[in-house]
Amino acid sequence: MKDIIRVIGLNKSFTLSTKQQKLAKSREKVIHAVTDLSFTVEQGEIFGLLGPNGAGKTTTLRMLATLIKPDSGEAVLAGANVVSQPEIVRTKIGFLTSELKLEEFFTPNYLYNFFASLHGINPKLRDQRKRDLFEKFGINNFAEVKIANLSTGMKQKVSLAISLVHDPGIIIFDEPTNGLDVITAKVVTDYLIALRAQGKTILVSTHIFSLVEKICDRVGIIIKGSMAACGKLDDIRGGKTLEDRFFKIYSETMGVVV
Amino acid sequence: MKNIVMIIIKKELARFFGDKRLMLTAVLLPGMMIYLIYSFMGSTLSGLFKSDSDYRYTISTVNLPKSISTLTGDMAADFTAIDVGKIADAKIAIAEKKLDLLAVFPENFDVQVAAHNPASGETAPHVALYYNTTRTESSKAYNLLTTLLNTYESSLANKFDVNAGEDPFNLATKKDASGLLFSSMLPMLLMIFLFSGCMAVALEAIAGEKERGTIATMLITPVKRSELVMGKIIALAIVALISGSSSILGTLLSLPRFMSATKGMPTAFYGFVDYAMLAAVVLSTVLLFISMISIVSAYAKTVKEAQTSVMPLMIVVMLVGVTGMFSGTAQTETLYYFIPVYNSVQSMVGILSFNATATYISITVLVNLLLSVACGFVLTWMFNNEKIMFNK
Ligand SMILES: Nc1ncnc2c1ncn2[C@@H]1O[C@H](COP(=O)(O)OP(=O)(O)OP(=O)(O)O)[C@@H](O)[C@H]1O
Ligand SMILES: [Mg+2]
Repeated sequence: MKDIIRVIGLNKSFTLSTKQQKLAKSREKVIHAVTDLSFTVEQGEIFGLLGPNGAGKTTTLRMLATLIKPDSGEAVLAGANVVSQPEIVRTKIGFLTSELKLEEFFTPNYLYNFFASLHGINPKLRDQRKRDLFEKFGINNFAEVKIANLSTGMKQKVSLAISLVHDPGIIIFDEPTNGLDVITAKVVTDYLIALRAQGKTILVSTHIFSLVEKICDRVGIIIKGSMAACGKLDDIRGGKTLEDRFFKIYSETMGVVV
Repeated sequence: MKNIVMIIIKKELARFFGDKRLMLTAVLLPGMMIYLIYSFMGSTLSGLFKSDSDYRYTISTVNLPKSISTLTGDMAADFTAIDVGKIADAKIAIAEKKLDLLAVFPENFDVQVAAHNPASGETAPHVALYYNTTRTESSKAYNLLTTLLNTYESSLANKFDVNAGEDPFNLATKKDASGLLFSSMLPMLLMIFLFSGCMAVALEAIAGEKERGTIATMLITPVKRSELVMGKIIALAIVALISGSSSILGTLLSLPRFMSATKGMPTAFYGFVDYAMLAAVVLSTVLLFISMISIVSAYAKTVKEAQTSVMPLMIVVMLVGVTGMFSGTAQTETLYYFIPVYNSVQSMVGILSFNATATYISITVLVNLLLSVACGFVLTWMFNNEKIMFNK
């Protein structure tokens, strides 16, 4: 299988302002959010980045989505380098994270069309895709309701639909089911599985074991910004539950017993 | 590429024109406020200088002589002759504001005046005028009659005249006079209104979007940062211009009323070229303001922070605007037209006082445009900088 995402030796650290230091109750000025991180994702699979809070999952995905630049190392998505060809990378991926918000003033319909036109999609194709996506996520009844008046779940589904306006080959989701009720979460995970069936590559980050066990083909366990284990879901589990394996790997890496 | 910029402009404008509250506060309100304030100031001023034009003063007279009564024909007043015995009643009427003035002349005033020799040292014939300062009409009637009597007195011993006859002695043309009035006030007003207009839209559209996380959604699309910046700046400039025009319209509509108080000067002396030059200066100034405020608001984390950081800039613009009020005529040193903001004020003063030259205006417009472009580059760099776009 073809490696469609290749991450090699990625590093990212943040310098904290004095205010941030106080907030984080830390005396260290520099946080190494991601350290020498490498992994690959094959075309047509769902890859899960699993890790505890602050492990560096979101930071990694933001680097892959070209929102922030790595300090060193490189990442290539569908042949495009995140550092030297960010604009090409952006055409290849759909990225969804809670920090990306939609303008509350507009309606789902308006925003969908707006982002489609930014991607240069012709109106006919756009409308056809919009019909499918709005249908799938039950947005139709809310298509002309301002984002401000939508529920959290509906907002997230609209964000999801809009992140797919350009029918990207690679989909990167940060915590795809965060804040969603079980029904909405199921709609989303089912859709991810359907996307895989279409041959799309999906990279998700999460700290929810059940989500990984349900949808992921391969998983990378990320702890303190480094890859602690990476492989096929079954290989990582080694006959145990993912949770048990995770705690084992966690205590080995951190040198503590959980 | 042009297409993308257009799409962004369209969205920004849709955002603005679809928002009734924003339209009200940024477009309707400034113009209306200014119109009301200036009209109010104008009518208050004119109220100080003239009372109701149809009003006729009521004046009671005792022994009004022939010589004076022939002179009072021009006065908008009704004269009533009363007896000496009614003087007390008339005084009460004045105190009660039912009568404006009581003029008491001595008997045989004309004969006494003719007989009086100032050199003799005898007391001169005396005229008593009773009035009430708490009533405006009474004071005015008093002033009018005093002036009339003084004029009569000096005409008795006419040695020479000053400015007699119909010749126009004041040689200021109407053009100069209205130019002076406009050039002293408008540049300052324009600068303040334009800047406030720019502030109202740019803070919200850049710092606001950053604060709400909606700009990040734009940043993951393949749109170039420079296109995003261009689209934003152009859209914001359009809105700011509309907001500014509302203020300017309010000013222009109220100025005739404002000026009628200070002598009713027509304003239609500015020609097409004047308006065209003014438009070019205003347009380039708005573009510069928008770019500068955008940089400040791109740096801020929240709209509130942006508002605070833009204050020093606003104060500078206001102060520079005020210098235009006192400079009278525009600077004639070319170097001044290279100083941003100041050059805009000086150009406006120049245009409005009919002293503008194409060179100065071109330099001003060019400097403003170049600076806006430079700001555009800075903004693009900022949009590319994660430390600025995602500073929390
Ligand atoms: N902009 C930033 N400035 C400073 N520190 C940051 C910044 N972004 C992330 N960090 C720090 O980097 C580390 C990794 O953060 P990250 O958000 O990637 O974790 P995560 O794995 O997504 O965690 P979670 O499960 O809580 O979302 C954390 O310690 C975080 O505080
Ligand atoms: Mg995260």
